[in-house]
Amino acid sequence: MGKQILLEHINKPGINTIDGYMKNGGYASVEKALKSMSPDQVVEEVKTSGLRGRGGAGFPTGMKWSFLDKKSNKPKYLVCNADESEPGTFKDRYLMERIPHLLIEGMITSSFALTANTSYIYVRGEMMYVIRILEKAIAEAYAKGFLGKNILGTGYDLDLYVHPGGGAYICGEETALLESLEGKRGNPRNKPPFPAVSGLYDSPTVVNNVETIAAVPWIINNGGASYAAIGIGKSSGTKLISACGNINKPGVYEIELGVPVEEFIYSDQYCGGIPENRELKAVVAGGSSVPILPKELILKTANGEPRLMTYESLSDGGFVSGTMLGSGGFIVFNDQACIVRNLWNFTRFYHHESCGQCSPCREGTGWMEKVLHRIEHGHGKMTDIDLLVDVAKKIEGKTICPLGEAAAWPVASAIRHFRKEFENHILHPESCSAKHLYFGTLAVH
Amino acid sequence: MSDLLKVTIDGKSIEVAPGTTILQAARQIGDKYPPAMCYYTPLKNTGGKCRVCLVKVSQTSEANPRPIPKLVASCLTKVENGMVVENESSAEVLEARKGVVEFLLINHPLDCPICDQAGECDLQNLSYEHGTETTRYEEGRREFNKIDIGPHIQLHMTRCILCYRCVYAADQLTNSRVHGVLNRGDVSEISTYIQNSIDNDFSGNIIDVCPVGALTDKTYRFKQRVWFSKPYNAHRNCTKCSGKTVLWMKDENIIRVTARKNKFGEVEEFICNECRFDHRSKTDWVIEGVRDMGDDSVISANKYELPVVSPAVLVDSKFVSE
Ligand SMILES: Cc1cc2nc3c(=O)[nH]c(=O)nc-3n(C[C@H](O)[C@H](O)[C@H](O)COP(=O)(O)O)c2cc1C
Ligand code: SF4
Ligand code: FES
Repeated sequence: MGKQILLEHINKPGINTIDGYMKNGGYASVEKALKSMSPDQVVEEVKTSGLRGRGGAGFPTGMKWSFLDKKSNKPKYLVCNADESEPGTFKDRYLMERIPHLLIEGMITSSFALTANTSYIYVRGEMMYVIRILEKAIAEAYAKGFLGKNILGTGYDLDLYVHPGGGAYICGEETALLESLEGKRGNPRNKPPFPAVSGLYDSPTVVNNVETIAAVPWIINNGGASYAAIGIGKSSGTKLISACGNINKPGVYEIELGVPVEEFIYSDQYCGGIPENRELKAVVAGGSSVPILPKELILKTANGEPRLMTYESLSDGGFVSGTMLGSGGFIVFNDQACIVRNLWNFTRFYHHESCGQCSPCREGTGWMEKVLHRIEHGHGKMTDIDLLVDVAKKIEGKTICPLGEAAAWPVASAIRHFRKEFENHILHPESCSAKHLYFGTLAVH
Repeated sequence: MSDLLKVTIDGKSIEVAPGTTILQAARQIGDKYPPAMCYYTPLKNTGGKCRVCLVKVSQTSEANPRPIPKLVASCLTKVENGMVVENESSAEVLEARKGVVEFLLINHPLDCPICDQAGECDLQNLSYEHGTETTRYEEGRREFNKIDIGPHIQLHMTRCILCYRCVYAADQLTNSRVHGVLNRGDVSEISTYIQNSIDNDFSGNIIDVCPVGALTDKTYRFKQRVWFSKPYNAHRNCTKCSGKTVLWMKDENIIRVTARKNKFGEVEEFICNECRFDHRSKTDWVIEGVRDMGDDSVISANKYELPVVSPAVLVDSKFVSE
């Protein structure tokens, strides 16, 4: 097991309470940042660390922070995106549930860096128990003087609120999240303007994922350079991977970026291989929206190099032969899994979750789902395959927010790499009925 | 004039004021401007949703000659100095637009033969110009029950393209919006909450801003094909609005009153419900003369008596929604 930054203390007794957390060095970064650093020095440290957004897009966090319009005379906001709803992704909830103070500490240190005096954690509405855990932890932090007025006597004020989402995947898209936080319908906004200029209540805002913010305390305590020394090149530090599907040990793993995919799947430190020693068929490496890759391409790049768990290596080959690290939702399929049925399931999800604002996504997701449903249920036609490819292409890049792409990429990639399987469904529908929806059945626990 | 910005669209250049969008600049050039189904100049915050106005920016500005990688919504994207835009000159734009039109039509009932909006429907015009003649869509079409939203207006959600214009109109013209978008995705619907009735002095304007036949005038329902009626500019002294309207006449009868629209289909001045619904006698009005609807409208003079042949795509109507 490599370096543990986020999960180092996760199994210590009482780590979910502020006393247990402080016994293990908790809140040191707040002391250090507020008492001995300027906000800009904190931003610089995060820049040096090379930390990239863990919500899916992998945008460099320090750079995002430096885009915040600090000269604006409006209030600045930090909003934590804890809406985690991408199928296959269940890492943020694990952190918040087990070690809530890590996120709160990160929120305080990061809010200080951004000169925000009010910050929010927007939590997926279905996770009511997580909301209660966070609220209790926030109350403890207020009681110890880490939140509220004049924190640790430094003159810095911060109020932190938990906001329950309404239970829509689209509210994880950062501008839909901001609309929802403002009490409106969670429709994504057209960009520009970007949140850094005009976000929450028209004010400069940074939206970051839970895991991104949770990495900040370690970076401040140990220095950006130490963080950058972990991992490979522009993929610095550690990443939580939520692994599920046909593996022996589903769960959340913290990896040093750079672990070979093959090692991640087969090593007993991580997924522990595939049950009954079955063959690996395919992997969705970064949450349901990233392109699926067949065994040959997920273990090795098209150039024959070992595929590594880094932003760069996973995307090597573009969408022709590569994929994305995404949110770290790692879904493994064995040789019995049915690609068509899984694709239909994913597409059903995006159809259900489209906000319906823009025509390509509103209409295209439903169209793709209906065609896939037909193919899966034995009523497909050969022309349906190219139709799906074309509909996906007409959604991609034409929409207000990336949900359109999130719906289009799985369709395009499944057909790109598994066209035969679709043809087989259409020609021999009867032979397909025995296959199962492995992701749906195994990822639940 | 150094603070004007130069933009080139399909090879034609124009100088526009800062803050002008690509769509507005293209309309100023006046040639082949992008279509717009959701953007509506008189209403703030409209646009960005339908995606039919997508264009290609092949040069961002003089200072930044790089192209913008994705197509952009011309109704929202502001012009920069030296920007180069491809509208109809780009095959990529035309292909994308064809795709959007197809998306707008797959769940549309295509019931033009019995729809009051036919002849003045933006979707009909759009599909005529940018659509294909046949459909690739074989799945079931979405249908909604009709909702009664009061004495004046018929809401036929099955025809709606979710442009949100009527929502912004109610927000910006009236002091109490009682309708909005309920639900999500392709089952989103315009509705009042628990069948409220939409009833205030300016509610009738949501009929005029609707690009399709989803919101129609109950007093005009099934009275007449629009191209068999004749539009006259008229006005009256009104305490609530400008009183400037268009009277739609059949023989000597006023069968409908609407606001005046410019050639982009946008209302010039919104009118009140009294002018729209309550004055149907010629003596109520000062009639100014026949309104020129522009050459490409089926409503234009001399076309009144001609039978209008529907585009092939519209004839292929399997699903008639009453
Ligand atoms: C449809 C959709 C859903 C998303 N859901 C989430 C989510 O649940 N959690 C998250 O952190 N980011 C989500 N994102 C990404 C956010 O928009 C945003 O990029 C991210 O929160 C930025 O944080 P980061 O820079 O720390 O990664 C989603 C994006 C889209 C388009
Ligand atoms: S892409 Fe889909 S989810 Fe995103 S704004 Fe458009 S309709 Fe809504
Ligand atoms: S008119 Fe621009 S997106 Fe609808």
